[in-house]
Amino acid sequence: MPEPVIATQNLVKSYPVKNASDFVAVDGISFEVAPGESFGLLGPNGAGKSTTMRMIGAVSTRTSGDLAVLGLDPNRYGPEIRSQLGVVPQENNLDMELKVRENLLVYGRYFGLPRARVARRADELLEFAQLADKASAKVDDLSGGMKRRLTIARALINDPRILLLDEPTTGLDPQARHILWDRLFRLKEQGTTLLLTTHYMDEAEQLCDRLVVVDKGRIMAEGSPADLIRRYSSREVLEVRFGSTQNAEVAGRIEGYGERVDVLPDRILVYSDSGENELERMTAAGLHPITSLVRRSSLEDVFLRLTGRNLIE
Amino acid sequence: MSTLSDNTSDGIRSDTLAAAVAQAARTRRYGSWYVAEHRFRVMRSYAQTVLFTAIGSPLVYLYAMGVGLASLVDGNLGDDAVNVVSYLSFLAPALLASSAIAVASEEFTYPIMLGFKWNPTFFGMNASSIQPGQIINGIVISVAARMLLTCAIFFVFMLVFGAVPRPLGFVAVLVALLTGLAFGALVMAYTATLKDDTGQLAMVQRFVILPMTLFSGTFFPLDVLPPYLQWIGWISPLWHGTELSRVFAYGMPEPIWLSLVHVLYLAALLAVGWICARRLTADRLNK
Repeated sequence: MPEPVIATQNLVKSYPVKNASDFVAVDGISFEVAPGESFGLLGPNGAGKSTTMRMIGAVSTRTSGDLAVLGLDPNRYGPEIRSQLGVVPQENNLDMELKVRENLLVYGRYFGLPRARVARRADELLEFAQLADKASAKVDDLSGGMKRRLTIARALINDPRILLLDEPTTGLDPQARHILWDRLFRLKEQGTTLLLTTHYMDEAEQLCDRLVVVDKGRIMAEGSPADLIRRYSSREVLEVRFGSTQNAEVAGRIEGYGERVDVLPDRILVYSDSGENELERMTAAGLHPITSLVRRSSLEDVFLRLTGRNLIE
Repeated sequence: MSTLSDNTSDGIRSDTLAAAVAQAARTRRYGSWYVAEHRFRVMRSYAQTVLFTAIGSPLVYLYAMGVGLASLVDGNLGDDAVNVVSYLSFLAPALLASSAIAVASEEFTYPIMLGFKWNPTFFGMNASSIQPGQIINGIVISVAARMLLTCAIFFVFMLVFGAVPRPLGFVAVLVALLTGLAFGALVMAYTATLKDDTGQLAMVQRFVILPMTLFSGTFFPLDVLPPYLQWIGWISPLWHGTELSRVFAYGMPEPIWLSLVHVLYLAALLAVGWICARRLTADRLNK
């Protein structure tokens, strides 16, 4: 592996709590990200993803462990590291009192870039973010997807070596998500290193070369999406519903089906290389589910397998 | 792995370090000005309000108090009503200092709340090469500029009204600036501690700024107040600023040590407020 651009080793972040032991948000996380790689932190809300991102973004001091971003220690080289990063935060912090293009202009200056260069770059980025015709609009008048694209454009104003994206598509409608993914793909093709957090498995599968599954501040598994699915799930999943009162009862009768059976409150999942075969076997045994669905295994299944819980609860 | 930080002996890393250091160097140096630049751009969106209040308030106050009320005071006490000068000359430096306080109470309250909470631009700035202290510096710089403009315009009106008997009177503008910033820095530090505005800022306006204006020797000398109320003036930055302004504007008699106390007190408040605001901001942005 070439020199990693991000290296964490036993990274810990804890917060003091009044009259109680510390709250440990990040509990010994270790991973490395190679240049040009697209790396994801997948996990439910409160898993410690954003906290990890903030430490890597050099805006949150780690409690213990080692952290190097571009080989530099954030404790000592905060502004230097941040000069090489682009940050797309979870919460929109564009300046609502300024126009769209102005947001890029003031932000570019924060990196000490000359005005003329920032202005040129701002126009390029508005094109890239498909916002050129909104240049002099008020930020407030943009849709959610446009605001997020503007935030990404802002994050690119300093030609960052690493782009940090915290839940980039949370709260966006499907069409806006796809437009955003398309833009991120382009960046990836241009060789920008992407580090993103998400609790959407489809997003992780779309964008990440490699990812870690995080839960309660710890890494549960690491690998490429396909690799994780292979290791922790089956090729296909059969989802059947017998009605909420029947699921548990039926579960007893299909034990041993496929590689594994998971009973959820609303449905039963059968992990197998062929979902169709399992469904036929079920029907042959006289079990007739109300609905059935055969689908490819996803990271959601990996997460369920690793933690026994759903990603979005 | 334990040596992964600061390992600059490695060629690749020292290259990165050199590039990063070069890129961040300008921001380390001029970051506060970049923040001020941002604030100026925001102010431009309400430039009309800035100019309107800067021009309107001296007109209104100097007419109402300096001319209207003054005719009553001077009519009863003579042309050398207070401190052996006309009431207008006595009052104008105080109103000048108050106008700086008014700018401070606007710019160091809601915009701070906005940046931390309602439209958290401070977090955006902090994610760039800007450091938390520079955000505060930039705000102080930009507010100081607006305050200076406001006070300068106010002073022009004072001249027009004939309220500045001494050539050294213009120094009162700088005194007003110091007064406004000293008070403002404290307000800014206080606002930086607020997680939510559930009326605290309105309370500051009503129970701090208004009483301060009334009991700081603005409309009448502090020593006409009963002794048990005079302490309000002594701790009030506005009283110190007003007294010092009067010294420059019309040569109000005052021992030199007291003038020095005014300067030192205001400078101390400014320093304490500024430092506290920087620390609070750093703590709040570094979560």
